[in-house]
Amino acid sequence: MGRQPHRFGLLHWRRMREEAHRVLEILQVSLDLDIPAGHLSAAQQQIVEIARALLQEARVLIMDEPTAPLTQRDVHILFQIVRQLKSRGVGIIYISHRLEEVFEVADRVTVLRDGYRILTADVSSVTREDLIRAMVGRVLDTLFPKEPSGIGPPVLEVRNLTKLPVLRDVSFTVHRGEIVGLGGLVGSGRTTLAQAVFGVSPPDSGDILVDGARVTIRSPAEAARLGLAYIPEDRQQHGLVLPFPVGENLSLAILHRIARWGFVQPDEEEFLAKGLIAQLDIRPPSSRIAASALSGGNQQKVVVGKWLATKPKVLLMDEPTRGIDVGAKAEIHRLMSALAREGMGILLISSELPELLGMCDRILVMHRGRIVGSLVRGEATQERVMALATGIVSV
Amino acid sequence: MLGRYNREMTIAVVLGALVVYLGLTQETFLNPQTIANVLTNAAYVAVISVGMTLVILAGQLDISVGSMLAVCGLTAGALARAGIPMPLVVLTSLLLGFAMGALNGSLVAYLGIPSIIVTLAMLTILRGIVLWWTKGYWIMPLPPEWKFLGTTVVLGLPLPVWISWGVVLLSALLVSNTLFGRWIYAVGSNAKAAALAGIDVPRVTFWVFALNGFLVGLGTMIHVTRFSQVQTQEGLGLEFLAITAVVVGGTNIFGGSGTVLGTYLGVLLIVVTSSALTFLGIPATWDQAIRGAFILFAVSMDILRMHVQGRRRFVTGLRTPE
Repeated sequence: MGRQPHRFGLLHWRRMREEAHRVLEILQVSLDLDIPAGHLSAAQQQIVEIARALLQEARVLIMDEPTAPLTQRDVHILFQIVRQLKSRGVGIIYISHRLEEVFEVADRVTVLRDGYRILTADVSSVTREDLIRAMVGRVLDTLFPKEPSGIGPPVLEVRNLTKLPVLRDVSFTVHRGEIVGLGGLVGSGRTTLAQAVFGVSPPDSGDILVDGARVTIRSPAEAARLGLAYIPEDRQQHGLVLPFPVGENLSLAILHRIARWGFVQPDEEEFLAKGLIAQLDIRPPSSRIAASALSGGNQQKVVVGKWLATKPKVLLMDEPTRGIDVGAKAEIHRLMSALAREGMGILLISSELPELLGMCDRILVMHRGRIVGSLVRGEATQERVMALATGIVSV
Repeated sequence: MLGRYNREMTIAVVLGALVVYLGLTQETFLNPQTIANVLTNAAYVAVISVGMTLVILAGQLDISVGSMLAVCGLTAGALARAGIPMPLVVLTSLLLGFAMGALNGSLVAYLGIPSIIVTLAMLTILRGIVLWWTKGYWIMPLPPEWKFLGTTVVLGLPLPVWISWGVVLLSALLVSNTLFGRWIYAVGSNAKAAALAGIDVPRVTFWVFALNGFLVGLGTMIHVTRFSQVQTQEGLGLEFLAITAVVVGGTNIFGGSGTVLGTYLGVLLIVVTSSALTFLGIPATWDQAIRGAFILFAVSMDILRMHVQGRRRFVTGLRTPE
């Protein structure tokens, strides 16, 4: 695609086929050329992409997490192709979260963190531990760690939750007053897990218990009624109605409770907004300004405020401090502590290790759709979390 | 903010200028009879355009309203001819409209078929049913009480005008002051965020279609009862008229913003323009072209305003780019 051979403005079908056969031969694979790409397996689709790059006579190939959708056997085939390309003189930049792959295919490795190059070395001269150390860095001490609070009875229990192909047999418990961290790499299934619990995309099987009672959650509305709240990862697309004023965003989840005979009560709505704006220090402190006009940090406070208004028992937070300024981040952390102290159970999904270590009483780590480890506060270190997340060790 | 009623002000000014110009140049334009005529012609379009406003605000579209009107009108005519009392005939039209709207709504909300497809199919199917059933013959003669609703004059204005004003008023109240209204705006602005906030998006979608159907049933009755026969081609092209009024009235075609009042002003502008052509002796064939120009003008203004606002926001740094 993008370089179809043509004659007199018409596609040159015969030459297209010939060229396709030629590159597939180079890759030493056979594919039926007439199957729509959507019907191929993930691995075959990837081969098509690589073949297309070859047709362009690419001399440098950048592969971004190429094994993420593949099974173990397909990964093996992919690596053969990678070596084949390498022997033909193609330079390959191979981006991966999975350390074992780095050691299998790479000659040299570079670690990036927060946009900085931390390390570049020959693979033969580094160990896995070196790479993990470079990936996690130093603990930041500008955070506001969770204050200790009494941990009560279980408020959310998830048992054997499965949603193929992403989640496999996931079980965990969140207690009142507890902040449970959910670590893992991007794509390990954390968001899917939170959304399965919140009824966005219900699971294939498994049980969810709230306050010890088995519940069925088929929609976010049902989840909200049961006292669950979910702060989504993408606050602009999923967390807010951007053109709505701050006040109308804050009241959105409990509007039915402040309406009488179907009419929204403006006084109650304004009262609610004022209270939340003050509690969360939303700036500028106006309920009438459009949510789209706020900074990222203040937008996030509006999303949090919308759910605090429902007085939830369990708060599921998906990357709640990503991309917001340090001040707003500290305020959200302080707020989380305060909420836990009041007895709320919090599940914190975060890709930021210092945040997980600072805020959580317990950290669960996911790898490829399973919870592969549970570390209590004190025994958790960045290295241990990262080792579990990258699938190097299992506890 | 000033922006909220910007469009309404613009149309009101254009409409006012048009009326003043016609009043000054055409002696007969500003007499009570002409005004009553214009308002009466606008009445059924207004009722149906208000329904369309709800649908579009929620981020959907219904192009089957013209065919629905034909089905309601012809059914009403047939029932009246069969001797059914008029109140029952009116009730049947309302329920029939509601039922057809509910069918549209179910297919869109619960089967997830795009509304343009569902209502395109409905437009064709219903029109086909009408032709098969009437074989092209008009329904006439109708009993004398048929024209009561359409022609009774109260306080100087025919009943349809009062009814259309009632619908505009109640619907304006519905969208701006009620829970359901807020849900419509939320779903139309960002359905995903609305669903994640616990709003039952399919239910809201279903009800805007059902309400729209109901309003088509009502609009039908205040329209067909003005005439002595019901024609088979009744309502042909009405969907375009309604969508034009809604868009010219300032409602975003992708949903989430707009007002009922804007739609009513949009309807008046279209109807007044039509009658202006008659008064000025311009061939009626220009009517359509002018409506098209209105749409392009209105939407261009929206896009321009969006660009200007976007830039201003960026320059003042109110919105943090991430």
